[in-house]
Amino acid sequence: MAEFIMPSLGADMTAGTLGKWLVAVGDRVAHGDIIAEVETDKGTIEVEVFTSGVIEALLVEEGEKVPVGTPLAEIGEAGTESGTVSASVSGSAPESVSGSAPESVSGPASAPVSVSAGIMTLGGGGDLNGPMATPAVRRRAHELDVSLHALSGSGEHGRITQEDVERAAFANRVRAPSGDRVRISPYAKRLARQRQIDLTDVRGTGPGGAIGARDLEAVPAKPPADSPKERMQRAIAAAMTRANDEIPHYYVEHTIDMGTALEWLRAKNQSSSVNERLVSGVLLLRAVARALRKHPQLNATWQGSGVVRGDGFHVGLAVSLRGGGLVAPALRDADQGSLLELMARMTDLVSRARAGALRSSELTSPTITLTSLGERGVESVTPIIFPPQVAIVGFGAILTRPWVVNDRIVARPVVRVTLGADHRVSNGHQGARFLGTLDRLLQEPEKL
Amino acid sequence: MKRDDLRATLIACLLDVAPEISGEEVEDDVDIRDELDLDSMDILRWVQGIHKALGIEIPEEDYGKIASLGDAIDYVAGRI
Repeated sequence: MAEFIMPSLGADMTAGTLGKWLVAVGDRVAHGDIIAEVETDKGTIEVEVFTSGVIEALLVEEGEKVPVGTPLAEIGEAGTESGTVSASVSGSAPESVSGSAPESVSGPASAPVSVSAGIMTLGGGGDLNGPMATPAVRRRAHELDVSLHALSGSGEHGRITQEDVERAAFANRVRAPSGDRVRISPYAKRLARQRQIDLTDVRGTGPGGAIGARDLEAVPAKPPADSPKERMQRAIAAAMTRANDEIPHYYVEHTIDMGTALEWLRAKNQSSSVNERLVSGVLLLRAVARALRKHPQLNATWQGSGVVRGDGFHVGLAVSLRGGGLVAPALRDADQGSLLELMARMTDLVSRARAGALRSSELTSPTITLTSLGERGVESVTPIIFPPQVAIVGFGAILTRPWVVNDRIVARPVVRVTLGADHRVSNGHQGARFLGTLDRLLQEPEKL
Repeated sequence: MKRDDLRATLIACLLDVAPEISGEEVEDDVDIRDELDLDSMDILRWVQGIHKALGIEIPEEDYGKIASLGDAIDYVAGRI
């Protein structure tokens, strides 16, 4: 049995709303199928499943907001032994370089559980010395100060579920500071839970100070939710603050002569139909992806305390949304296929990003992001890494500048490229070599 | 095709590329890249849309001649 969990669709995401189920109990699903829509601060994301089987249970209702890591559905397969679980929500398993689990589960009595970039593996179901719970449930229990040892799980094989933890946390809240239980009617209790009301702030007017539904009516409603634009900006702020606080950035810069590449592009577009034209951005994207092949240390994510190598060459593309906002979905396997195919995929990705129709794997798989502000005229960009990625490449405008070629000064179109990278994962020497490779690749555009 | 019809067609092609904008906000004499925050990919998609709608293929070296909506209407009118 595998659990389909609320994915983390970016370092800034802590919770998501299950917008719509696209499957029902009993449906058979296969690796890569889109089975749900999740509403996030970055819009509605189509979430894929990366395991095959039959939907056994839908655990979260449409419209319900749950923390990242919360089990959303159970997927079973006839003949599969219960206990060994491998479920993924965010792309296929990257290779672990460090050998250690990126996110460890503390507690001497914990089950052998590890999380690896979207892959969740549970240890043997019946061979446990302590309470059995998923990493997400343990994390939630820690957040709510709930001891798992005090709970008896209602899940399969006695496993503690998110619901068990939330129920215990609520029960804890229904205690006066003195430790005595607060008197409250069952209906008011349910109402308080639904509205997430902290009962320590509520004075009961019923017999013996018991809280009734009427007492809850006086509790002011929560302020109206922010607009999607405000939520996105807040999410971006959180991610960038985290990046600045946690990632030791280093920067290296290089100027690339784009004359050969642009001449090749001009000739190609001249001889092609209007529907087969390319833009210079597709050459930059392909060159970054191919350069990563030679510099794998930049093709990774930093998970907790270890490096997890990318499972392909998935380059994030920073897409500004007209009217505000920014998303950086991945163009997966950007090193492969023809330039024309890459152009079509890039156009589709940008269109869907602006329409708010991205897929979960596109938000979780990049290891490096490409940002280009050249079309807005800036000469160079010093970008901030999107955690947990380990690098970002910024391109400025392609400008005609005096350039020395064969000891003569000539006018050439050049572009300033800046690599920002995580010093925990690579160093300036490696970064400089990456930019050198990028330069050489762009001098032979016909091979891209 | 009348100028008003051409204008409506070009705006419709523009809205296919950038559905976030309002057709009414597109003025004839402003640079649409700056005004509507379009990039080179958007312009290419617009050119492809015009080709599909009117059968006119605009070469890359003429992109400068369709910088504003008014310029684009003049350009397309001269090619029909």
